[in-house]
Amino acid sequence: MAEVLVLVDHVDGEVKKVTAELLTAARRIGEPAAVWVGDGSDGAKASLAEYGAEKVYTAPAELNDYVVAPKAELLAKLVEQTSAAAVLVSATTEGKEVAGRTAVKLGSGVLTDVVDVTAELVAEHSIFGGATITHSKVRTGTPVIAVRPNAIPAEPAEGAAAIEEVSVEMSDAAKSAKVVERVQQEQSDRPELTEAAIVVSGGRGVGSDDFSVVESLADSLGAAVGASRAAVDSGWYPNQFQVGQTGKTVSPNLYIALGISGAIQHRAGMQTSKNIVAVNKDPEAPLLEISDFAVIGDLHKVTPQLTEEIEKRK
Amino acid sequence: MNIVVLVKQVPDTATERTLSPADNTLDRASSDGVINELDEYAIEEALQLKEKHGGEVTVLSVGPDQASESIRKALSMGPDKAIHLNDAALHGSDALQTAYALAQVLRTIEFDLVVLGSESTDARTGVVGAALAEYLELPQLTLASKVDVDGSDITIQRATDYGYDVVAAQLPAIVSVVEKINDPRYPSFKLIMAAKKKPVEKLDLAAAGIEADRVGLANATTETVDFAAAPPRAAGTIVKDEGDGGQKLAAFLAEKKFI
Ligand SMILES: Cc1cc2nc3c(=O)[nH]c(=O)nc-3n(C[C@H](O)[C@H](O)[C@H](O)COP(=O)(O)OP(=O)(O)OC[C@H]3O[C@@H](n4cnc5c(N)ncnc54)[C@H](O)[C@@H]3O)c2cc1C
Ligand SMILES: Nc1ncnc2c1ncn2[C@@H]1O[C@H](COP(=O)(O)O)[C@@H](O)[C@H]1O
Repeated sequence: MAEVLVLVDHVDGEVKKVTAELLTAARRIGEPAAVWVGDGSDGAKASLAEYGAEKVYTAPAELNDYVVAPKAELLAKLVEQTSAAAVLVSATTEGKEVAGRTAVKLGSGVLTDVVDVTAELVAEHSIFGGATITHSKVRTGTPVIAVRPNAIPAEPAEGAAAIEEVSVEMSDAAKSAKVVERVQQEQSDRPELTEAAIVVSGGRGVGSDDFSVVESLADSLGAAVGASRAAVDSGWYPNQFQVGQTGKTVSPNLYIALGISGAIQHRAGMQTSKNIVAVNKDPEAPLLEISDFAVIGDLHKVTPQLTEEIEKRK
Repeated sequence: MNIVVLVKQVPDTATERTLSPADNTLDRASSDGVINELDEYAIEEALQLKEKHGGEVTVLSVGPDQASESIRKALSMGPDKAIHLNDAALHGSDALQTAYALAQVLRTIEFDLVVLGSESTDARTGVVGAALAEYLELPQLTLASKVDVDGSDITIQRATDYGYDVVAAQLPAIVSVVEKINDPRYPSFKLIMAAKKKPVEKLDLAAAGIEADRVGLANATTETVDFAAAPPRAAGTIVKDEGDGGQKLAAFLAEKKFI
């Protein structure tokens, strides 16, 4: 069976959930082989084996010193060496860039922001703010596919996760954009927005930069916090938490929108959520059309009561 | 400093967008065309860099006849001139083919910097900047929330999940911008009038040195096999808060096993 390369997303050796999802998808297509960049693959062996990775190709941390290009060189080299059937990466902003460059190197087609993929490599997209579903295929070369986090449920399966070191000669072109500093901002203990099982977002209805009503509910549920663009543009919440067309695309099990009207550009980033809940004082708000449960009322009254009720039930 | 800014015309997200059943490509006739929003930020950044460092700003767009409107609009923000690559053979090109076409045009001009949006609202592939850097073997300075140029040195802040990376390179380079980077200006009446007289160079495939078998639907590296309207979500429960809205919501969440 042909190998399917899966580029691992990890933070300092801790494997992200999306990697388990990609390994699950890879198993439909062929034999999953994880591709690890940086230190810590030994420590992560078990968590990769748990989702069926047969091999773990590991490449040195210095690939991370340059923007995207070295990862594309690594993946292209591995495809050539292993005649892999496909390459799967996560559809984060960087993942999509890695996919694009890898595809150019291979002369392949690339599909990004895919929400599902079959054994025959037919990929599903949810486009136009979730209004349309398309199915696509790569026609040229080894398919390179970027899959949206939280879209494919991860299922465990036993794998050997045999570690194999890969030597990489980075080209000069790959070293032309150098990362000279990494700056950590606004670190919180909350889960990462695109990975979270539950997301609680606040919009203009929150009314001020005091987002505590949103954050308290999120914390009671172990959820990530998101924001509409109106809230971000007002300076109430940092940019990297924006959900929507020009922000993050999220696909959690539960999305709770507090004081968000549900403009098409917002829906583009959350419409594939499995359950949608809204609190809005306007019964005509478009978000209600796609909500599984909605409360018409003042979020400053409804939300604290909900948070309290959740705490009580714990 | 000579800057090329890439501008794409996209269907207005406020209108109904569809694919055309004939060939599963974007139906451009059914909705109004506007400048891809992030490209306005790219234009603004190019203009600010020109104001600081001098030089010229050229708009480059690949698209059908209709795209001329968006090119004029782009020029009315202040760029000096434009190049419009327009050829029937480009219809149905995928993101990588478009990037290839852009790269071929860029090979024919002299520039220090290419500025583009990090994502378009229709394709949302987010690969064009990275693919251009790959085709042209230039530094990839994408997802920039801040750009600084000093002589031939360029530094950006690259947006990441944890904050940002500071990335350094030498010009010429490819920069894509995120919306946090600036506030695009509104065109003044004077600029709108001036834009009408700005030169727009029209290119077809041959003039740009692009092989016809590298672009277009028939040669696309990906294929949309079918599309359909998403199944409507089952109508949800809507309750009015009568002092117990939070409790009712909690009951729903409990029923769904979230709490
Ligand atoms: C090209 C483009 C890209 C865009 N990208 C994005 C994007 O990525 N993400 C995004 O979110 N938007 C995006 N937008 C903006 C989008 O069109 C909307 O303007 C935005 O989503 C509105 O945010 P909102 O719902 O918070 O505010 P509003 O639309 O003003 O809605 C506020 C809602 O809160 C309700 N409300 C007010 N007070 C209360 C209260 N006390 N209790 C309960 N409810 C209350 C109101 O009834 C209303 O429904 C984009 C727009 C464009 C043109
Ligand atoms: N046809 C095009 N003409 C000019 N620029 C384009 C075109 N397509 C994409 N771009 C540029 O590439 C960016 C990213 O687009 P995409 O990768 O398609 O999401 C856009 O914001 C534009 O700046």
